Amino acid sequence: MQTVLFGILEEGFVYAILSLGVYITYKILDFPDLSVDGTYPLGAAVTAALIVSGVNPYIALVISFFAGIAAGFLTGVIHVKLGVRDLLSGIIVSLGLFSVNLKIAGKANLAFFSEETIFTSVASIGTFGTVILLIALVIVCKLLLDFYLNTKSGYLLRATGSNDKLVTALGKDKGSVRILGLALANGFAAFAGAIMCQKQGYFDVGMGTGTMVIGLANVIIGTQLLKKMSFIKATTAVIIGSVIYRACVAFAINLGAPAEDLKLITAILFLVILVISDSKSIFRKKLSNKSGKVMKNA
Amino acid sequence: MLKLNNISKFYNPGTVNEMCLFEDYSLEIETGEFVSIVGSNGSGKTSLLNIICGSITQDSGEIWIDDKNISLMPEFKRAAFIGRVYQNPAFGTCPDMTILENMSIADNKGKTFGLRLGANRNKTEYYREMLSEIGLGLENKMDVKVGVLSGGQRQAMALLMATLTPVDFLILDEHTAALDPKTADKIMELTDRIVKEKKLTTLMVTHNLRYAVDYGSRLIMMHQGHNVMDYKGEEKKNIKIDNILEKFNQISIECGN
Repeated sequence: MQTVLFGILEEGFVYAILSLGVYITYKILDFPDLSVDGTYPLGAAVTAALIVSGVNPYIALVISFFAGIAAGFLTGVIHVKLGVRDLLSGIIVSLGLFSVNLKIAGKANLAFFSEETIFTSVASIGTFGTVILLIALVIVCKLLLDFYLNTKSGYLLRATGSNDKLVTALGKDKGSVRILGLALANGFAAFAGAIMCQKQGYFDVGMGTGTMVIGLANVIIGTQLLKKMSFIKATTAVIIGSVIYRACVAFAINLGAPAEDLKLITAILFLVILVISDSKSIFRKKLSNKSGKVMKNA
Repeated sequence: MLKLNNISKFYNPGTVNEMCLFEDYSLEIETGEFVSIVGSNGSGKTSLLNIICGSITQDSGEIWIDDKNISLMPEFKRAAFIGRVYQNPAFGTCPDMTILENMSIADNKGKTFGLRLGANRNKTEYYREMLSEIGLGLENKMDVKVGVLSGGQRQAMALLMATLTPVDFLILDEHTAALDPKTADKIMELTDRIVKEKKLTTLMVTHNLRYAVDYGSRLIMMHQGHNVMDYKGEEKKNIKIDNILEKFNQISIECGN
């Protein structure tokens, strides 16, 4: 039971960092950014290659973050400067990154179980240490993002997603702000990939598949579920959403679903969340109609 | 001074749907003028504003401000010296941000948007005073998101925000059209006050002929991309709503409206 719980928390927190990035693109910029499917494993590939060549694991994390920023910048430039549609520019970048990741890691599966990682120092306290370290990393990321969103530059980012005419009226190029937001979001995604890679001790070229779906699910669960509690910041809600989503997946697996069904479960859960959270969905209307009738009868 | 020289603009050029918006259109607006532009739908009023602001690009012709050619300057760069209020109250403010955040972001126009804190709490009092002057009770809602405000309140904010920093031109694009008559009057009075206080050169497109007569120092009526009426000075002061209405109906009949 305890291992399951720790497993949920560990993975939940790693995906929380990814989700903070997805929150920037999906919620703030209103941009469905598929490039995270490539930048998440990019962070992992960079960190694996660096650790194997003996670089300090913390420095590897920072470099991975900047690798993500560069990839996100590219997505932004393709969308804004070359005029490619949002979804397509993300798909192009994530597809291209698949090969880039292979080149960086050198092979499809690069393991470094015996090397030192950020988790080596806390290993003596057991699994608990890993969870604490992850919580610390998530909190640092959240506070940094919260701070950024409250700066002048952060205001501009928020305004771009909510009313880009205002950004133009302020004499700023909304395209540049979009590129900046995409860069930042993919920095978070790569950072999460780097942490996941160090946690599991290997890089796998296929680890990015479905990253965007997981990130989106976390963001939607968090923001929808905690919508009514306005004292909880959206960034906090996203972190809570990540843990809840991980718990749902773990629950399904523990019910006896085989491990190879993981992606299928992820997809179905995401569909369920989308349908429930969409106020325009037929399902939701039927539900509210029913409760309305009951109210009248009562 | 704003100068438009021989502006031409066609929609769908080279197709059967080709539509001429402007052909060889010229206009001069003196510094300090408050110009009201009226005209039926499709007469080119809003397109004129869009060309001045850079939202659409003219096919040929030049736009000058004093001795600066801005014909090909991108929209966001022109915004440095142009303040604009749209018909849709949602366009001038950011609905997901609070009143204080909106005022702060507007106040920062022309400065760098760096990593300093976005809202300067020291300036809250200054904003509050400014908001209380318009008498809509906004001064007590500094931490309320603008998205929950009424259209009139948002438009008042949009107007304040567009003129918070020094601008040379104020562009009003039917900015009272989406409001109820009473709120529209209020916004129009506020507009007049701000324009006079800040001595702004103003271009106002309106469908309300009464506003065009009552406010401003110059009146232009547009029809099919031409000025069919252009009064300023004494002529403008003596104009009566019936005069414009007569001309307006005449144009409309020509159009088959």
